[in-house]
Amino acid sequence: MQLDAKIPAGPLQDKWTKHRFDMKLVNPANKRKYDVIIVGTGLAGASAAATMGELGYNVKVFTFHDSARRAHSIAAQGGINAAKNYQGDGDSIFRLFYDTVKGGDFRSREANVYRLAELSLNIIDQAVAQGVPFAREYGGLLANRSFGGAQVSRTFYARGQTGQQLLLGAYQALKRQVAAGTVELHTRHEMLDVVLVDGEARGIVTRDLVSGKVESHAAHAVVLATGGYSNVFFLSTNAKGCNVTATWRAARRGAGFANPCYTQIHPTSIPASGEYQSKLTLMSESLRNDGRIWVPKKAGDGRVAADIPEDERDYYLERFYPSFGNLSPRDISSRRAKEMVDAGHGVGPLRNGVFLDFKHAIDRLGSPVISERYGNLFEMYEKITGEDPYKTPMRIYPAPHYTMGGLWVDYNLMSNVPGMFVLGEANFSDHGANRLGASALMQGLADGYFVAPATISNYLAGVERKPVSRDHAAFADVEREVSERTQRLLDVDGTRTVDEFHIELGRIMWEKCGMERNEAGLKEALKEIPELRARFWKEVRVPGSGETFNQSLEKAGRVADFLEFAEVMCHDALARDESCGAHYRSEHTTEEGEAKRDDENFSHVAVWEYKGEGEAPVLHREPLAFENVKLSTRSYK
Amino acid sequence: MNFTLHVWRQDGPEVPGGFETYEARDISEHMSFLEMLDLVNEGLTHDGHEPVAFEHDCREGICGSCGMMINGVPHGPKGMVATCQLHMRSFRDGDEIWIEPWRATAFPVLRDLAVDRGALDRIIDAGGYISVRTGSPQDANALLIRKEDADLAMDAAQCIGCGACVAACPNASAMLFTAAKVSHLGLLPQGQPERYTRVLDMVTQHDREGFGNCTNHGACQEACPKGISVDFIARLNRDLVVSTWKTAGD
Repeated sequence: MQLDAKIPAGPLQDKWTKHRFDMKLVNPANKRKYDVIIVGTGLAGASAAATMGELGYNVKVFTFHDSARRAHSIAAQGGINAAKNYQGDGDSIFRLFYDTVKGGDFRSREANVYRLAELSLNIIDQAVAQGVPFAREYGGLLANRSFGGAQVSRTFYARGQTGQQLLLGAYQALKRQVAAGTVELHTRHEMLDVVLVDGEARGIVTRDLVSGKVESHAAHAVVLATGGYSNVFFLSTNAKGCNVTATWRAARRGAGFANPCYTQIHPTSIPASGEYQSKLTLMSESLRNDGRIWVPKKAGDGRVAADIPEDERDYYLERFYPSFGNLSPRDISSRRAKEMVDAGHGVGPLRNGVFLDFKHAIDRLGSPVISERYGNLFEMYEKITGEDPYKTPMRIYPAPHYTMGGLWVDYNLMSNVPGMFVLGEANFSDHGANRLGASALMQGLADGYFVAPATISNYLAGVERKPVSRDHAAFADVEREVSERTQRLLDVDGTRTVDEFHIELGRIMWEKCGMERNEAGLKEALKEIPELRARFWKEVRVPGSGETFNQSLEKAGRVADFLEFAEVMCHDALARDESCGAHYRSEHTTEEGEAKRDDENFSHVAVWEYKGEGEAPVLHREPLAFENVKLSTRSYK
Repeated sequence: MNFTLHVWRQDGPEVPGGFETYEARDISEHMSFLEMLDLVNEGLTHDGHEPVAFEHDCREGICGSCGMMINGVPHGPKGMVATCQLHMRSFRDGDEIWIEPWRATAFPVLRDLAVDRGALDRIIDAGGYISVRTGSPQDANALLIRKEDADLAMDAAQCIGCGACVAACPNASAMLFTAAKVSHLGLLPQGQPERYTRVLDMVTQHDREGFGNCTNHGACQEACPKGISVDFIARLNRDLVVSTWKTAGD
């Protein structure tokens, strides 16, 4: 496997500008001779499709949702970072770059992160021009808030629905192109495989989720913007449909999967209320701006919050990290919460949460201000739990939320398979071992609006202009394989439901490859997952047929892929014999219980090559070089 | 808690459907309505039947995928929630619950409780956007927008496109959906250049899709999980009148 990151030469600040000039363009008259397939209509996919369509390419977009507006980007609450320095509080592109590299625990590429910080400025301009109704001050200027892992206020927001508004902006830009005829939108189509012709990505195979029809689509480039894989844990804050199928199928065809063990656990989700729980709901991290996190000092304290006096409360984040306090990065906050619950300080009926308390903020600022900032989040919390956060503290607990790992891409966001581009959460590129809050929206839109349209044009400029024909045998072969696999799932006709297997897989992953990992647990998981997979293929029951709207069948295909992919995650977590960011190996901790990196041996991107079913994947390494930041131990004290 | 469910089952748009009755046993009050349906579906699968098809995704009330008539009310009895945010504590032990898909000519049933809401997307295609190219617009703070205008635009922009307004309306009108987008964009300075063509194009498409007219019942506002106000329909009508005058001479 060839891993050339293709990072442009020259000073960090000039790399993207220079690269943009060096890249080849496609003549306007020739653009319409190129077909581009984009899979996914979240922030990355929709923004890329809209922009590529505007430029004049023939774009075909696919989503398994009924509408392009439903992708899970819509659920992002808190905000989007940008180094605008509108608050004059000392922000700059370099500071956003530095915070992101540091927040990622020095496991990301400097050049990519710098470009992201640079483009953050354009994103806000673009979104405002589209009519995204960001929060404003009375003077009419844009408002900002601060967010975990940063000491400046650089987060732009639209109440607690920033993801929704940014996605609707991208969706509307996409719809404008659909109306203009430059983009062909296929809803309710799930991508089930990618087609390679002579080693280059030239198409995909989809299943129409209404009619069940399996068919292939050809293009000169294939873009995957298909999100992350947190649902490998079954319970996560991701939407139920989020899955690894597109990226895993690409990995099976030769694309390297990078850092799959980097999975972020979000510190502020609502704790599970019972066995039947189908997903976890996130409470925006922005709540940590004004909420204080605490647990009773006494383990097993069964009193309600109001009955626990101040001096019997442990504001543990403020105690451990005086300078960042409740705004400490996600991984640290999550682990500390788990530690408290494991030590018996958990609160709530199942003793599975910690308090997030707004009493002090309400006393200081008044309910109207708090309502203005977090009103809809408070309502959401009350709807779910039946408790009013204005009166009693919220209960929160960490939940799987975002995956920093993804398909390996070079600086141009192209995977090691030529012609296959990967954007947004689906790639591994910018967040290292841990993503800072309000940076996912930023990355999705930077990739989609600004990076991919330029780099894909550069790629297409070197590709022959004649149409890609579906007559090539590769298309028929992959179509047949997809149909056969669908039939195999239906033919098992066992006794257990798809969800039963998914829940079981989730338990293995949460316990052995979750917030904390160790060698013994990972080795157990690597034995248990193949056994579970074998049972799945013998015992699963998928009712109905392949020729109809069949949601059990959709789920079955996704869980089958999770059952293969989970193994690679564990291999990666085992091979990375250090702690870094969200990857916390209990064997490698500092005296203070923080992640202890091993820069000498693990300052690299781990890229896994698929070797066939039942075979161990092979590890390749892309070394990381740091020329502009000094590697240091993260300290938020 | 225990419930008797009467669920609309239909194999496809061309096939007649009907109610089937299922028992939901040992349900926790903290379960969401969809988790209750998950449990029923697990049971159906074990018994060799096909589970009830229903759309859902984020399960936190923002994606707009889920939606069904629950005892004749879109998204059920709670108010200001999508179906996924409805919890069983909103029902009484032993209740009979009737569950049906959205009913509207413009929303054909695909299977069971899942309908095709593509018509809403096509209303957006007709003009629900601001025509700006990706590139280098002016600095975001070069444009001052009154906080009141931005807030009101945000009230309208919250629409999740679930279709409850259509299901609630005796005329199956999608006017609240259309008005929310027309108002969001029309309230902002960026949306002014296309304001009057936008409203006309979107309303024309709305009518073409087979949605009924608004006759000011206000049922849409009651059903809307985001509480979007019918005032926005008044705003749309005002823009529509202006638009008709402006285009009268063309």
